[in-house]
Amino acid sequence: MLEVKDLHAFYGKSHVLQGVSLSVGRGEIVALLGRNGAGRSTTVKAIMGLVSAQGSVRFKNEEILGLKAHEVARKGIGYVPEDRAIFPDLTVRQNLVLGIKDPRKRGRWSVEEVFSLFPLLAERAETAGGVLSGGEQQMLTLCRTMMGDPDLVLIDEPTEGLAPKAVEQVGEFLTAVKKRGISALLVEQKLSISLQISERLYLMGHGKIVFQGTPGDLRANEGVRKEWLEV
Amino acid sequence: MEFALISLLNGVTYGLLLFMLSSGLTLIFSMMSVLNFAHASFYMLGAYFAYQISGAASFWAALLLAPLLVGVLGALVERFGIRKAHRFGHVAELLFTFGLSFLAIEVVQLVWGKAAVDYRVPSTLQGTLFTLYSTSYPIYKAFMIAVSVFMLAGLYSFLTYTRIGLIIQAALSRPDMVQALGHDVPRIFTLVFAGGTALAGLAGVIGGNALVTEPGMADAVGPIVFVVVVVGGLGSLTGAFVASLLIGILQTFMVGMNYSFVDFAREIGLDIHSAPLLARLSLTQFAPVMPYLLMVAILIFRPRGLMGARET
Ligand SMILES: Nc1ncnc2c1ncn2[C@@H]1O[C@H](COP(=O)(O)OP(=O)(O)O)[C@@H](O)[C@H]1O
Ligand SMILES: [Mg+2]
Repeated sequence: MLEVKDLHAFYGKSHVLQGVSLSVGRGEIVALLGRNGAGRSTTVKAIMGLVSAQGSVRFKNEEILGLKAHEVARKGIGYVPEDRAIFPDLTVRQNLVLGIKDPRKRGRWSVEEVFSLFPLLAERAETAGGVLSGGEQQMLTLCRTMMGDPDLVLIDEPTEGLAPKAVEQVGEFLTAVKKRGISALLVEQKLSISLQISERLYLMGHGKIVFQGTPGDLRANEGVRKEWLEV
Repeated sequence: MEFALISLLNGVTYGLLLFMLSSGLTLIFSMMSVLNFAHASFYMLGAYFAYQISGAASFWAALLLAPLLVGVLGALVERFGIRKAHRFGHVAELLFTFGLSFLAIEVVQLVWGKAAVDYRVPSTLQGTLFTLYSTSYPIYKAFMIAVSVFMLAGLYSFLTYTRIGLIIQAALSRPDMVQALGHDVPRIFTLVFAGGTALAGLAGVIGGNALVTEPGMADAVGPIVFVVVVVGGLGSLTGAFVASLLIGILQTFMVGMNYSFVDFAREIGLDIHSAPLLARLSLTQFAPVMPYLLMVAILIFRPRGLMGARET
């Protein structure tokens, strides 16, 4: 489904991505782990066309590197940024509606369905997005992206800074995604929920992939964990 | 009382005209981060186009066609000028629009000459609507208010009730995210630029004959429009609306009041003989400075403007 090969990216002169290669299969949930500053967000933004990069990104057997972000989105990739980026002045419902790319087509998710899955959002349908709690905003961003009916979602640190209860909700959301056969690349810092839900994982350090395998492989490999993950 | 009422009406008329200019500028500024120095040039072009079309056809044709023409011109400028300049950064963009404003003046002088042209209020709209004591209120000013209110309602409905309007509102705060959701943001930029310049053109059509249509008209209003945007706050149409009316009304009142600090002192019984120059200036003389003082004060005490969504 997604095939990233030898991806390089620069911020000015600093070489932030140094040949990243990874893949996500159809219906697969893959985690991208690493410490802060490892280059995970940049990888995801490069795939999305939000930062310029060299190398190759193939999606459904088609090269998409160099496309603009809205073209990438229209190929079927959804993006949930780490800063959530909800539209604070618009209502929850309007935020969701903006996730729809083409109002004439019906996707796998509708506003009503999202509301029935996450009643918390339904209660606040007409509230401005800006006044929601952190956890509610995270759910809103996730659901907004799903309204665009993507086949693959890139989710950047969805549980960062959330209370345990909200983290649990994000977990429920990811289960719902998986049940519908949607692929996901899940950026996380810790092993927590990403491990329960993902089949495979990549570990990033200093702009490179330093380890790949199953969650079990990583759990068994204390050396790698100590060097690249835990503080 | 009579002075207050007429001044208020005049102030509202002027304020609404300012909003017609500042609404486009604030949309362009907050969505695209483009400080469009040439915005008032589109206002000038609107007036000149209207003068031309009025002569060839009628004022009513001009009212419809001139803003449209200006909007198309705006779209072309965005698509083939600003978007190209954007690749070289904000300074290049700024210089481009700066150059454009000079170009507009030169072209206008070349085509229509350096003197003011005879762009007049159509005869059907000439005359007095009502007379209050000794002051008469012209039909045309009421017409200007009507056009402005119509435009205001149209803009509001467009932004609130259409899908594109919603996308524009969202892009005011996070254009990058709107694009990542699959919306063609560059195309929407062109649309907003066209719409914003068309509104400036419309202001030119109804303002050019009420005031004066000459090559200096862009420079006369341009700085004030910037002040309105800064005072109102970036990214806020409501802010631009409030600031437009505020500055419009304040300035109109001040122009009409030949009243200084010294006069005020006399009135409360103080007789000042050697007052400093500043205290002797009348409000009328002070009026042109007021918008800029307001802007400086806002930048110092409330940098995000009256209702701004982000810092200036
Ligand atoms: N906009 C930017 N400008 C300059 N450097 C940046 C920018 N964004 C990120 N970086 C740098 O790039 C590196 C990778 O950052 P990022 O991809 O955000 O890492 P992660 O998401 O894994 O924490 C870091 O060293 C960070 O400081
Ligand atoms: Mg990050």
